[in-house]
Amino acid sequence: MCETMQIESTLQNVPGLDEILNGIPHGIAILGPDLCILTMNRFLEAMTGYDADEVRGVYGEYVLRTNLDAKKQPCKKVLKTGEPVSVDGNIINRHRKKLPIHFTFTRLHDELGQPVGILIVLEDTSVAMVEELGFHEQSIRTEILGHSPPMEAVFELMSVLARTDASVLITGETGTGKDLIAEALHKSSPRARQPFIKVNCGALPEALLESELFGHVKGAFTGALTETVGMFRLANKGTIFLTEIGDLSLPLQVKLLTVLDDREFFPVGGSKKVQVDVRIIAATHRTLREEVRKGLFREDLFYRLNVLHLHTPSLRERDGDIRLLLGHFLRQFSEKLGRKVTDFSAEATEVLHNYSYPGNVRELRNIAEYSANICQGTMVELKDLPQYLFRPLEPTVVDTVSPPPSSPPPVEHVVPLRRENSDWTNIEKEMILNAMRESGGNRTKAARLLGWGRTTLWRKLKKHQLT
Amino acid sequence: MKIMISTRGDFVSPRFDLSSEVVIATCYDHQLMEEPRSLILSDISAEVLCDLALKEDVALVVCGGIEDEHYKFLIWKKIKVIDAVIGPYADVLQLAMNNELQSGTIFAGVASREVAP
Repeated sequence: MCETMQIESTLQNVPGLDEILNGIPHGIAILGPDLCILTMNRFLEAMTGYDADEVRGVYGEYVLRTNLDAKKQPCKKVLKTGEPVSVDGNIINRHRKKLPIHFTFTRLHDELGQPVGILIVLEDTSVAMVEELGFHEQSIRTEILGHSPPMEAVFELMSVLARTDASVLITGETGTGKDLIAEALHKSSPRARQPFIKVNCGALPEALLESELFGHVKGAFTGALTETVGMFRLANKGTIFLTEIGDLSLPLQVKLLTVLDDREFFPVGGSKKVQVDVRIIAATHRTLREEVRKGLFREDLFYRLNVLHLHTPSLRERDGDIRLLLGHFLRQFSEKLGRKVTDFSAEATEVLHNYSYPGNVRELRNIAEYSANICQGTMVELKDLPQYLFRPLEPTVVDTVSPPPSSPPPVEHVVPLRRENSDWTNIEKEMILNAMRESGGNRTKAARLLGWGRTTLWRKLKKHQLT
Repeated sequence: MKIMISTRGDFVSPRFDLSSEVVIATCYDHQLMEEPRSLILSDISAEVLCDLALKEDVALVVCGGIEDEHYKFLIWKKIKVIDAVIGPYADVLQLAMNNELQSGTIFAGVASREVAP
């Protein structure tokens, strides 16, 4: 009691103390040795909704209403030990609002070094949180270009996915930026300060990949002279990005499933389980559902990975982004090469707009690089564009990922090679009927037309029950 | 009328969502009908307390700091809430029974340094 009165009088004798406290842009409370409020600055008054005079002498905990454990009693601990304590928590103010706060407790001393009270600094972190969020969204946008509605949807989904810790499956055609998206997700997640490890599952043979992913112990196999930790342990606390997951062999899929379920695994040749805390982001250009149907991909792993699914739209679906990306890449390469190429001519732009970009952004980037290299003036003309743009695309079967239900129908250049019910029996039957029609029912003529003998035709007619 | 006060020791707890104890009193005509019951909860959460208030069919909840969503929930369920109360629960209960308790009331008991827990 005596000590409290002593510090109260000391505080009153400090000239301009109120002004100093009010000048600090954080909430400040000074508690006496009995942990009752002696004074609060204006910032804290606004934060708590209480006037300093109203609560002077009230036990601090009843005014601040923190969520800090009452049993641990940070104030008492600081008063006893003298060690400052910094801790994150929250308060509920008089206006029934919960505010995230960073608390700092410091012991106050008199001139003899005797403890006389506690100084509590309350830093409202809600502002910092909003700023951080804004920064993350900004960083996602600055790395990946696009203003088209499908890309806006991707950005929106990304900002949600970044906040979770669940596995993410990214699908999309080749060159649509799956890798960039995975990295952006990691950078804007709470694991951002931890490692981001990228592993291409299609680049290594099965035996090597297992060792690469899970590590091996010394002597596990011929040539294993030293122990390796593996990508999963390297990515501990961070994110592992498994690209081309569709190329993963079935035995490794089983092991990966175990890691996803149990968060632990045995390194190759090891007898001791290793625990990891890793977020998995997987990507593939294949239709995993189709792979599952064919028996090439485990169904359970597919459902385990497919917790959160993000489909990257192809460039053909991104209305208006072609122009933006062409301009960006042309400027980038022009600067890099020290050229003065500024834009594409109207004719070149038209050709580039009408092209279907099977290689998506990667192909567009290469076209921009080619043009920046070839163009001698300031404007990219038709002659500065790669010649293959002017040739019609050959029908190819591209192993694409089926877009989500909301996406536009499949692209024109994907031409199915097989028609429905086009098995040989039907084709043969059709050929015979056509030949018979042409020959007016004459079997000898029909056999000649078909290049068969009469007996062969007779046999085939019987087979197809056309007699 | 049933009154529920979230407590910590002999005082109204500073926060509704972190209260592990409640006192439930039944009164009629400014008088207690029976000795107030003290309940210790196994789970600490505002939702558990809201459920308890509904289950016990209380008409008035007295507490310290409460989040707006829980306050609005109780109001929506036709339960009166008097919050931001600082003081010993016995005095608080007496004032509540007399219909004199108001949100933000600070009792002299807590302001006196001798009674600080």
